[in-house]
Amino acid sequence: MKPDLHTLGPLIALIALVILGALLNPAFLAPANITNVLARSAFIGMIAVGMTFVITAGGLDLSVGSMAAFLAGIAIIAMNAALPGLGENWGTIIIGMGVAILGGIAAGYLNGALITKARIEPFIVTLGTMGIFRSLVTWLADGGTLSLDYGLRTLYRPVYYGGIGWITWPIIVFALTAMAGEWMMRHSRFGRHVEAIGSNDRVARYSAIDVNRARLLTYMLLGLLVGLATVLYVPRLGSASGGTGVLWELEAIAAVIIGGTALKGGRGRVWGTVVGVLILSLIDNILNLADLVSPYLNGAIQGIIIVLAVVLQREKRTADER
Amino acid sequence: MTVLALQDVSRRFGPIEVLHHVDLALEPGQVHALIGENGAGKSTIMKILGGFLDPTEGQILLDGQAVRFASGPRAEAQGIVVIHQEFNLAADLSVAANIFLGRETGGWRLDHQAMRRDTAALLDRLHSPISPDTPIRDLSVPNRQMVEIAKALSRKARVLIMDEPSAVLTHREVGTLYEQIDRLRREGVAILYCSHRLDEVAHLADRITVLRDGRVVRQAMRGELTEDGMATAMVGRELQDFYPPKGSHSDRPALQVTGLTVPGKVHDVSFTLHEGEVLGLAGLVGSGRTELAEGLVGLRASTGEIRVNGQPVAIRSLRDAFASGLAYLTEDRKEAGLLLDKGLRENLTLASLSRFGHLRLDTQAEDVALDRATREFDIRAPSRTMIAGKLSGGNQQKLLLAKTMLPDPRIIIIDEPTRGIDVGTKAQIYAFIRDLATQGRSLIVISSEMTEVIGLADRVLVMREGRIAGEVTGNDMTEDRIVRLAMGVRGEAA
Ligand SMILES: Nc1ncnc2c1ncn2[C@@H]1O[C@H](COP(=O)(O)OP(=O)(O)OP(=O)(O)O)[C@@H](O)[C@H]1O
Ligand SMILES: [Mg+2]
Repeated sequence: MKPDLHTLGPLIALIALVILGALLNPAFLAPANITNVLARSAFIGMIAVGMTFVITAGGLDLSVGSMAAFLAGIAIIAMNAALPGLGENWGTIIIGMGVAILGGIAAGYLNGALITKARIEPFIVTLGTMGIFRSLVTWLADGGTLSLDYGLRTLYRPVYYGGIGWITWPIIVFALTAMAGEWMMRHSRFGRHVEAIGSNDRVARYSAIDVNRARLLTYMLLGLLVGLATVLYVPRLGSASGGTGVLWELEAIAAVIIGGTALKGGRGRVWGTVVGVLILSLIDNILNLADLVSPYLNGAIQGIIIVLAVVLQREKRTADER
Repeated sequence: MTVLALQDVSRRFGPIEVLHHVDLALEPGQVHALIGENGAGKSTIMKILGGFLDPTEGQILLDGQAVRFASGPRAEAQGIVVIHQEFNLAADLSVAANIFLGRETGGWRLDHQAMRRDTAALLDRLHSPISPDTPIRDLSVPNRQMVEIAKALSRKARVLIMDEPSAVLTHREVGTLYEQIDRLRREGVAILYCSHRLDEVAHLADRITVLRDGRVVRQAMRGELTEDGMATAMVGRELQDFYPPKGSHSDRPALQVTGLTVPGKVHDVSFTLHEGEVLGLAGLVGSGRTELAEGLVGLRASTGEIRVNGQPVAIRSLRDAFASGLAYLTEDRKEAGLLLDKGLRENLTLASLSRFGHLRLDTQAEDVALDRATREFDIRAPSRTMIAGKLSGGNQQKLLLAKTMLPDPRIIIIDEPTRGIDVGTKAQIYAFIRDLATQGRSLIVISSEMTEVIGLADRVLVMREGRIAGEVTGNDMTEDRIVRLAMGVRGEAA
């Protein structure tokens, strides 16, 4: 496989950032810091991998941040409810995990079905469900915070903090997700269909591809990954509130775009998305470690990177058209 | 007195040079035809003249002055108007909005009334029944082409460049097109006309330039070249057996259609297709041929009974049709046929991916399939990793044909099989279609080219206003008979 400019560009930017980080602060390359950066990337990362499929098929999902908060909320409620019956053990936690993952798939199905069956624009559907999920979790928490029982929290904690050596579980799951995603996009029929649909859905339909089913599956896959991210996120704080996962959707979309996936669909780059996620969290990390620029300017720098990434992609395309 | 000319022009795409030292001159009041095989470089020349591509070497002369158009609009300001081989219409905008795109009338507020009125007048001159308010999306392919022509006519052209304008038109509209060309010629417009229909080249052209592999191989004045002469010059060798001899087919029915209705488009159509038969489907634009085909293969909602090999089948989607051994090659290559921004391989296998691995797609097998298809269908691609949109028009059509045949269907419906295909390749495709029939497959060929239907089909069904207006076979298969049926003219053939 010949590496193309779209994936090479972000990769070079990532390497430059790593070098910059190392030069600015020696602590940057310390294993603890690396673990920290990667673990924080993991949630957005898993979601962004799913988002890559949705966007590649010509869709969009704005609801993922709220969805994560909602899933965290119902998972906590479910675990707390199962506690008296099952006791303080892994059985209870697995119930919570199941609720989050199945809930994610169901939420993805809801989005996908409204988009494909009721034929409503993805932007509008997910703008709607974004509000719905957010409001539901706030309501469930009665405006406050939903907290996991203290004992369960202690039991569940290693899922976020533990791992193999310094590589924590979220990092491992993120890596596996990314590899599976890359494989699916490149080598599976589903990936090929997704790219075809995003490229021209009429051509896909005339090629006997079940366009609606594939679209629906991209939203369900994304829902599943949001659920998985939630499963790994809950043990971090052991709580969920109306403020959980705010703006995750935009970070995920930004990562996808930086990675070279076309927002209009048709070209998906899962590796690129991973690189995009890492770029975004590295900027954050470097600004925190070095006092070159105020961390308050983090958003501005990320914004510049996003626009720059898109401009670079466009430049290349028009260059070979004329 | 030359208006626009190319002097020693070459053009490369990356490392590949597709035009080599081309000279071409357009005179006012003359129709200059540009002919050549698929991929010979005709469209490239037209794009260079129209300011859409720059020459790598050589010059463009406008009124004897060397010019460099920075863009298409810049050239258009000089009175050089191009009708491209591909449509350039905004699908969601109305016909009127498209025709006036970029030159809207009115001040701060658009003068919708005036634009609609002018559009109506323009369409009227083209004898076209299209309403100015229809969105392009709702128009058939030939009607879209009429809008393109109307749009070009609405520009004050000194030079009009037309890249295969008639390829997607039927009989009637082609007549209108010739009328307009004659008018423009009288008005002193210089016209560059590209076509694969050699009879029309002989009819229209005052001057002919033949292009082969990016080189001018022959220039001739009206009457100096016969159609055969043109074909020979294009291909570089003699062509024989344009239409393959017709075969005999069994009378085992392969496909029986009873009372097929596509709401609003096709009414109560019944017919039988036999094993090994090539059935032609003729009719005017809007007679419902494409809609019938699409209803049959599940791309449109339809009612009626369909039997394949005597067994009733329920076809609710194209997948069902594939499962019953049916395949359909769309007339709308750009919008429904190929993914223009994807590679040749991805396009070829898109409709038959399940044959290329269960979990993991076997790209090696796909590459083998591409090799075979390129050979079998003679797809001329400068590089095998290029995207489909960069193939020349005719080679795109061949790729689409290869894609349709890949799932190995038993019953194939081909909508406009040779649209935009050069004579040499046409002969290849005809032979190929006949071959498929000889192997026992059954084919329905929809074509607006009367000679093609007659030359190719064993039997022709003629459609009019969504119904079968009649059937012609054997010696009855004449252009006259078919046109009469298609237009609903009574009386015997003259
Ligand atoms: N943008 C491009 N990049 C690379 N190759 C190109 C590009 N555009 C055209 N070509 C190649 O240049 C050659 C000439 O193409 P062109 O479209 O001019 O052919 P044509 O004579 O118009 O053929 P047709 O009759 O099929 O329309 C073809 O081999 C084509 O693949
Ligand atoms: Mg062409």
